Amino acid sequence: MSSVDLSVNVGPLKLKNPVLLASGTVGYGNEISEFLELSKIGGIVTKSISLLPRKGNPPQRIVETPSGMMNAIGLANVGLEIFIKEKIPFLKEVKSDIICNIAASSIEEYVECVKALNNEEAIKAFEINVSCPNVKEGGLIFGNDVSAVGRITEKVRAATDKPVIIKLSPNTASISRFAEVVKKEGGDIVSAINTLVGAAFDIWKKTPKIANVTGGLSGPAIKPVAIAKVLEISRKVDIPIIGIGGISSWQDAVEFMIAGASAFQLGTINFVNPKLGNDILTDLEDYCAKMGIENISDLTASYKI
Amino acid sequence: MLIFNGTVESIDWLTGQIAMLKVHAPEISDKILPGQFCNIKVSDNHFPLLRRPFSVSDIDGEFIFFMFDIHGEGTKMLSEKKQGDKLDILGPLGNGFNLKTEYHTAVIVAGGIGAAPFPLLTKHLKNKKVISYLGARSSEMLVSYGLQNVIKSTDDGSEGFHGNILQLIESDGALLSADSPKIFACGPTPMLKAIQDYALKNNIPCDLSTECAMACGFGICQGCPVETVDGIYKLVCKDGPVFEASEVNL
Repeated sequence: MSSVDLSVNVGPLKLKNPVLLASGTVGYGNEISEFLELSKIGGIVTKSISLLPRKGNPPQRIVETPSGMMNAIGLANVGLEIFIKEKIPFLKEVKSDIICNIAASSIEEYVECVKALNNEEAIKAFEINVSCPNVKEGGLIFGNDVSAVGRITEKVRAATDKPVIIKLSPNTASISRFAEVVKKEGGDIVSAINTLVGAAFDIWKKTPKIANVTGGLSGPAIKPVAIAKVLEISRKVDIPIIGIGGISSWQDAVEFMIAGASAFQLGTINFVNPKLGNDILTDLEDYCAKMGIENISDLTASYKI
Repeated sequence: MLIFNGTVESIDWLTGQIAMLKVHAPEISDKILPGQFCNIKVSDNHFPLLRRPFSVSDIDGEFIFFMFDIHGEGTKMLSEKKQGDKLDILGPLGNGFNLKTEYHTAVIVAGGIGAAPFPLLTKHLKNKKVISYLGARSSEMLVSYGLQNVIKSTDDGSEGFHGNILQLIESDGALLSADSPKIFACGPTPMLKAIQDYALKNNIPCDLSTECAMACGFGICQGCPVETVDGIYKLVCKDGPVFEASEVNL
């Protein structure tokens, strides 16, 4: 047995290891649980939940791009009621720690969702999606407005004692200003980054390849951007960071931690290799052992610049 | 559904444009229903990043077959695989054709590479009369591999009936006079839509094997919606790819 301790404290959020599965890339866990044991990883961030079910955008919703993909799913989700009745029990049964991602069109809706879910013991933290680029109301409008992100953080903070994670948008000039306001208003953690806004055209039809016209770019293509954003926050703001953006190997994950992340989320790669969340654990242990690192948390912000 | 490494046995070109990939895949070869598909990673790096969905065309013992044409970079890379190469396969996926309904005549309607799932389906149609309508742009895209009683059409008239597949069906008349028919259709969406209209108008049971761009193939990316007549979205990968003609708005 390795003597490496993979457990991490992300602010008030204690995880058995830094491996999380990103919202929107694992649904509510039932499909991916056929490929990996959810109980072995730090946790699952469930698909964005809104107060009422959302049908999502019409097809075409996704398109592949060089080393990545764009999506405009439009926050299709089952809504709060079915989430509580059907999805949480499954995740409890497979002993998965849940971080519940919430999307809303108004500050009141965020608060209402958090209050309705606050008594669910299986939910370890809330991740507030202020940065979905693919819906008309809310989403990017909030994500690009420092004072709106501040107000959402403040109100959600007041509605729960569970750790509050604010998921930040990279589609902004200075992501660290948003991290600052999250900290100031009582948010515990930031996760960075959400997808980058992109577009693609069919050159023969001259029509957009995604029905929504623009979509969120994800996958290995965005990894260097995401690492730069994590580093920016890490150097400027004293707040724990969960790194996201194009991680597709244990090496990528280590890179995010070195740049300042306390934990990380696997996203688009789950579509291609849904087992990675489990496979990565041994590799992280081996890396730490080779580097003489006893606690993986020592990696966080260990950059030498 | 499993993720495993299959081993490429061979790639045979059935026409100048359509190839048949044979893969040793004992992990799933006895678990596949006609109309199901696999999501295949054609490279071991990020280009292309996503897997590619392919219908399972046929099964022979521990070997499974995929019919494909070169559509883009991914299928080009697939076409360059050599015997002994490992192939990262996720599958089998999707629901497959509904063979439980009552019918006497199976009417296969295949457009171009949409012929892919039908050799395996044909093997499952024991004790049924089978008519196979096969249409394509030109003879280079017509593959009758594994089909029975094939009636062909091409848009350019290079082989068989000169016209599209619906015109062929309407002029031929075998379908309308068939004893208790059920249609199984796969092909481009405009063709599926025309067949769907035809089946509904003539009150013929009809399974449509649909397609849509998808990332994961097993329900987590939510990238492949198809609208039902009730106005909700189902997923092509998980709820389909086969839907009853009366169930969806294409």
